[in-house]
Amino acid sequence: MNTSPIAQLIQKIIKQGWMGKSFLLLITLLAVWRLVVALQENPILFLQQVVNGLQLGFVYALIALGYTMVYGIVRLINFAHGDVFMVGAFVSFYSITRFQLHTWAERLFPAMPDGVSLIIGALTVMAASMVACALLAVVIERIAYKPLRNAPRISALITAIGVSFFLEYFAALNFVFSPNFITYRRPIEVVTWAIGPGGITTLGGGIAPPPGTILISNIALIIILTSIILMFGLQFIVQKTRIGKAMRSVAYDKQTARLMGINTDAIISTTFAIGAALAGAAGMLYAIAFSQIFFWMGIIPGLKSFVAAVLGGIGSIPGAFIGALIMGQAEVISAAYISTPLRDAIAFSILIIVLLVRPTGIFGEPEREKA
Amino acid sequence: MTKKFSKSTLWFLGASILAYAVLEILISTQILNTFWNTIIRIGGVMAIVSIGLNLIYGFNGQFSLGQWGFYAIGAYAAADVTYRWSINKSADGLVVLFLATTLSGIVILWLRKKLANIRGLDPLSAFTIYLAATIIMSALAWWVGIAVTPAVTGALNILPAPVAMQVVFVIAVLLSAILAAEISFLFGLPILSLGSDYFGIATLGFSIIVKILLDNSDTLLGFVEMKGARGMVGIPKETSLFWVFFFLVVSVVLVRNLLRSSYGRAIISVREDEIAAKAMGIDIAEYKILAFVLGSFLAGLAGGLYAHINGFLHPNTFNFIKSFDPMIIIVFGGLGSITGTVFAAFAWALILEGVLRLFLPQGFETWRFVVYPLLLLVTMLLRPKGIFGEYEIPFLRQILPPIRKPAETPENNSTVEAQS
Repeated sequence: MNTSPIAQLIQKIIKQGWMGKSFLLLITLLAVWRLVVALQENPILFLQQVVNGLQLGFVYALIALGYTMVYGIVRLINFAHGDVFMVGAFVSFYSITRFQLHTWAERLFPAMPDGVSLIIGALTVMAASMVACALLAVVIERIAYKPLRNAPRISALITAIGVSFFLEYFAALNFVFSPNFITYRRPIEVVTWAIGPGGITTLGGGIAPPPGTILISNIALIIILTSIILMFGLQFIVQKTRIGKAMRSVAYDKQTARLMGINTDAIISTTFAIGAALAGAAGMLYAIAFSQIFFWMGIIPGLKSFVAAVLGGIGSIPGAFIGALIMGQAEVISAAYISTPLRDAIAFSILIIVLLVRPTGIFGEPEREKA
Repeated sequence: MTKKFSKSTLWFLGASILAYAVLEILISTQILNTFWNTIIRIGGVMAIVSIGLNLIYGFNGQFSLGQWGFYAIGAYAAADVTYRWSINKSADGLVVLFLATTLSGIVILWLRKKLANIRGLDPLSAFTIYLAATIIMSALAWWVGIAVTPAVTGALNILPAPVAMQVVFVIAVLLSAILAAEISFLFGLPILSLGSDYFGIATLGFSIIVKILLDNSDTLLGFVEMKGARGMVGIPKETSLFWVFFFLVVSVVLVRNLLRSSYGRAIISVREDEIAAKAMGIDIAEYKILAFVLGSFLAGLAGGLYAHINGFLHPNTFNFIKSFDPMIIIVFGGLGSITGTVFAAFAWALILEGVLRLFLPQGFETWRFVVYPLLLLVTMLLRPKGIFGEYEIPFLRQILPPIRKPAETPENNSTVEAQS
């Protein structure tokens, strides 16, 4: 054996995989260096980007939860989930414009203070889109996925892609939704606050934001609050209720759960329904934030949320949350500081790098061998 | 003399030549107009892509959504070469691409031999080494290529113009296929060690990254003639029915012969059971890479052919939504069935592009993509294994070694026979 110290060092470098690791480290360091420079140049702008990223990340988080729950329980990448999100946005749009659902409290109880009736109205619209999406997802699950539960996994995946295409192009038909971009009518007026060392000023009516302030709109606050509430609700359902316990057991081992007297089909339907309800809420929030909806709007957010779920470790609820926040930040910050057209490419490169370092995502557990 | 061709081989070759002759006659007599001609060629191209994907997913079991990315790479690389030849009258694209692919190919093969001796080298480190080597070789190719270009251009100009065009076209298509294969080797090296679903997601990410790069090809990559998101125009329309048929038959025969060899059986064994295959002494990583690179080679080949059908390329053609198309085709036709893949690819092109577009009544064109997923859903629900399942025409069928008769010992005779 050659035992000179140089040969040993080379052996060590090869054995520990240092070459690959240092390559990844180099890329990461470049990105971090870029961020630090940006932070030094203009910390206010950087913070502003972080806030924007948070707003996006929380919307992604809501969608990602649906992906991660469905994957955790039936091992299916539910490509139709992004389109359920789109349907949620459209349902909220039509319940606002056609049925004036956001004003029902005001019309029935004119004496109610404006703020309260507005909140009730907006919550009703959100509930409507959540219910519609949940019903849609249950129907999809029953028609398209349930008959394939024992078929090869790829058939279910292709079916999911088929359902996704169907929802998109069906929604694009003239008499269903619309093939065009639609301007979303917000149930809530946008109020933007400029927060800085000099206190909070409300913008609007041509007031320019004072220098050195961060702009936060009420929309961003609503998105963040709603997402957190829904997320805690979900965590409560999964961890504390009987249904959640059943869901966890089905995810762990379907056969045994069935033997224990759990109605697995009902539980799987419930999982789809809960995930879709969250996607419906996310659809409304996304539409409020970006005020434009069209029939393809579900694809890219859906894909990114899916990536977020994978990044965080698919099957894990906190993982989906963290992954979505990372995706939101990555998208906004790389658009701001690295390259706008490349922001999606960077988001996916982050995914690939994370998968290389931790193949099961940040919070993922290693795949159990199933008999 | 042993018989050189078996009966099934003769049948296959005869049938494909007959099919080509019939189509060519129908086209030259204008019974099939240009529209159908285009659709048949697109069907052939899709068949080549899908055969490549079937090799990766159907036979090797690696769930890849990156086929479309390699298709895009092949299309743009080949288009760039022929564009430079026909518009700029310069063979610089051809020379540089040739030098880059051959030099990095040689270096990759050489490094592979060297690195095989190093035990315990993780894929990521190997990837770093290969990447560095490829980048150096590409830079070298660029430097040498620019110097050599005038001579090659002059040499090609000696040929009559149409012949030179054909030569450039065929070489460009082959080189772009090699380019796609080399990129797939680099990318697949670290990625293939991931599990099945994660591999699929990473390859999906790859297709999306390729599409985004193509969207910005004129600004970020510096290929002005690709015109980024505006779409590349002016590519010579060189892909004739003959070339599509020729390459289709070649790729079918290639994959068939591969699958009949010991390599092919190893590839299939990886799909069946990785642990058992490993226990049999099969280098799983090696065969995964082999299938992935060959599949991507076919994707690049098909991409090069596709680029020269319409003479127009747009990054939206390589959208990741479309990257499901080959996956749909192979599942539709039957995973692990080349017959089914070819059939489904032509059916896909004829139905989706041809029949539905022509025969849906006026104002119902938008229903095309409503009918298509419904057809897909019904097929999946009724026949989850695809139309052909694992059926193959005799020429493509696997030759399995004859099942060895159990030894004539009385105690285990009955049980083994009952199983076989």
